[in-house]
Amino acid sequence: MKLGQYIARKSLWYLVALVAAVSLNFLLPRLVPGNPVDVIVSNLARGGSVSGEQQKQIYEGFVQQFGLDAPLWQQFLTYLGKVFSGDLGTSFASYPTSVNSLLGDALPWSIAVQLPAIVIGWVLGNVVGAIAAFRGGNWDRSVFTSSLFLSAMPYYCLSILLLYALAVVAGVFPVGGAYSLGNSPSFSLGFLTDALQYYWLPFLSLVIVFIGGQAVGMRSMAIYELGGDYVNYGRAMGIGDNRITRYIFRNAMLPQITGLALSIGTLVSGALITELVFNYPGVGTLLFNAISQNDYPVIQAITLIITLAVLASNFLVEIVYGIVDPRIRAAASGEK
Amino acid sequence: MSTPNVSSVAVADEAATPRSNPFRSLNLSARFWVALGLVVLVLVLGGAGYLYPTSPSEKVGSLYDAPGGGLVLGTDNFGHDVLAVLMAGTRTSLVIGLLAGVIATTIGVTIGLVAGYVGGWVEELLMGFTNVVLAIPSIIVLILISISLPKSNMWSLAVVIGITAWPWTARAVRAQASSVATREHIDVARLSGARLTGILVRDVLPYILSYAVMAFVLQVSGAILAEAALSMLGLGPAGADSLGTQLHWALAFQAVASGAWWAFLPPTIVLTLVSFGFLLLQASLDEVFNPRLRRGKRKQMKQTQARRLAEAQAAAAARPTTPARTGVGAGSARTADRGGRP
Repeated sequence: MKLGQYIARKSLWYLVALVAAVSLNFLLPRLVPGNPVDVIVSNLARGGSVSGEQQKQIYEGFVQQFGLDAPLWQQFLTYLGKVFSGDLGTSFASYPTSVNSLLGDALPWSIAVQLPAIVIGWVLGNVVGAIAAFRGGNWDRSVFTSSLFLSAMPYYCLSILLLYALAVVAGVFPVGGAYSLGNSPSFSLGFLTDALQYYWLPFLSLVIVFIGGQAVGMRSMAIYELGGDYVNYGRAMGIGDNRITRYIFRNAMLPQITGLALSIGTLVSGALITELVFNYPGVGTLLFNAISQNDYPVIQAITLIITLAVLASNFLVEIVYGIVDPRIRAAASGEK
Repeated sequence: MSTPNVSSVAVADEAATPRSNPFRSLNLSARFWVALGLVVLVLVLGGAGYLYPTSPSEKVGSLYDAPGGGLVLGTDNFGHDVLAVLMAGTRTSLVIGLLAGVIATTIGVTIGLVAGYVGGWVEELLMGFTNVVLAIPSIIVLILISISLPKSNMWSLAVVIGITAWPWTARAVRAQASSVATREHIDVARLSGARLTGILVRDVLPYILSYAVMAFVLQVSGAILAEAALSMLGLGPAGADSLGTQLHWALAFQAVASGAWWAFLPPTIVLTLVSFGFLLLQASLDEVFNPRLRRGKRKQMKQTQARRLAEAQAAAAARPTTPARTGVGAGSARTADRGGRP
């Protein structure tokens, strides 16, 4: 398959996925029987935290914002227009704060914890996995079993265990939150050193799981490559071990690089529950609060952002792969 | 369910074949038995709830009573017996996992089989659809559906998880099915006038059953973890205890910060056991079905080969074994029945 054709085809499918995702995002919350606004407002009223005046305001704001009296297709167009102009709406629970500013407060925390965890975990995991594969024996067995255990363990379970062991029992780190009470986010040295104290636990819990997953993947790829025909051929030709190891490493790295790119795509969503456990003020905590308060605009905005990030990174990976590796293009014509 | 599955196949095998020990021909590793042990442990924990005298919704103490005095694991934030809640929660999680696993595997295998075997525009359409669903993160769809359901119970939650988890099974099954579709025995079946569903079920499915079983195992543990994640976000089943809801309440009522380990450690450990046990089970089944994956077990493999050779020689006079039966454990009683009456 020609490169242009490959790109066109992938673009088409991802466009379909994008339309499907945005439509789901729009339609599913509207499947609630009855008028969604009634449900929300009655929920707010039951909570008793919102006054009658506020209720009316929220009701009218929502009806107006989404044009709920208009036919569905018109609502959808309005929704699309707003989304593409970067307006994600207004929060119910913290009316009249815009969803954009809520997300703007939460996103940096999520990214600050996730990005270093992914990058460092990726590097360490690949090194550990490659060493395990090349050395074999007991070293391999113990590394493999422990990596498998760590990667199989749900990431939030490890978070809970670490929080209990290191913060509650050992008292090495503070229990939950992102900075000390009375401090407020700023780019001062004092704030950053304070925030670093709170940063370690969520970071550790994410990086450990990531190392495990990467090591398992790298080990099996390297073992697979070790059995490749080109390795036997190279050995028979008398090529030095170092050079063969380099070839093996290069070939085994390719899928790992894809893995890195895809993980970066899940940057926003990868730590949803870790943030809950540590009470870290990122997207996960925002989502949790929005769900418990029926704050539909916030929920929808978060799901949309996560979906867009994942779709975009998958798309980029496939395109880059298509350019780098002609075999992928050939396979794609058979695989769709 | 994975346990009765394995044993029922073994029983059918024993009744049908003259071979001495069907388990030996499967060449099960130590890892398999460890994995099976972990899974059985969790199943027993879930089942034990039926025998336990205290109901999970019975108030037996106050907030976070420490273990002791008849309460092995103390009380949770509602004053309920943690052990009773844990057993009920394990059962709920297992039921959700099994139901969602069955739904996801059924949809995935069906779509993969049809796409891989039929090919052409049908395959194009089905795989396009699969890839679109695969590209959208399933936790997002789960969250969206869960907030749209007016009230979710464990059954609806299982169905929702099941119908979002099938795509990767479908993709993998398609790859296998399209390779099986080019084999000669399929042509024979086609020439003899077998219908599409007949060919799919009798001639293609047996070859991918081993794969489907492994996919099912992973689907079950994936569904249990998905339920836990949803519940912790506050979208759990209403009016039921699960491992996820137990963690949800423990986190909401500051069990970790107040050091009430008995409220959050048990569900955490059970979730880890479920996840690790099922993954290990899948990996060891993979080794059983895929001898090339066995590593550092040359001696054992040689022994197995020698034994297989001896068995084959002994059985050669009796009847030829069909390829679908060896190792795969053929999964369904129907295949075993047919094999029993050559």
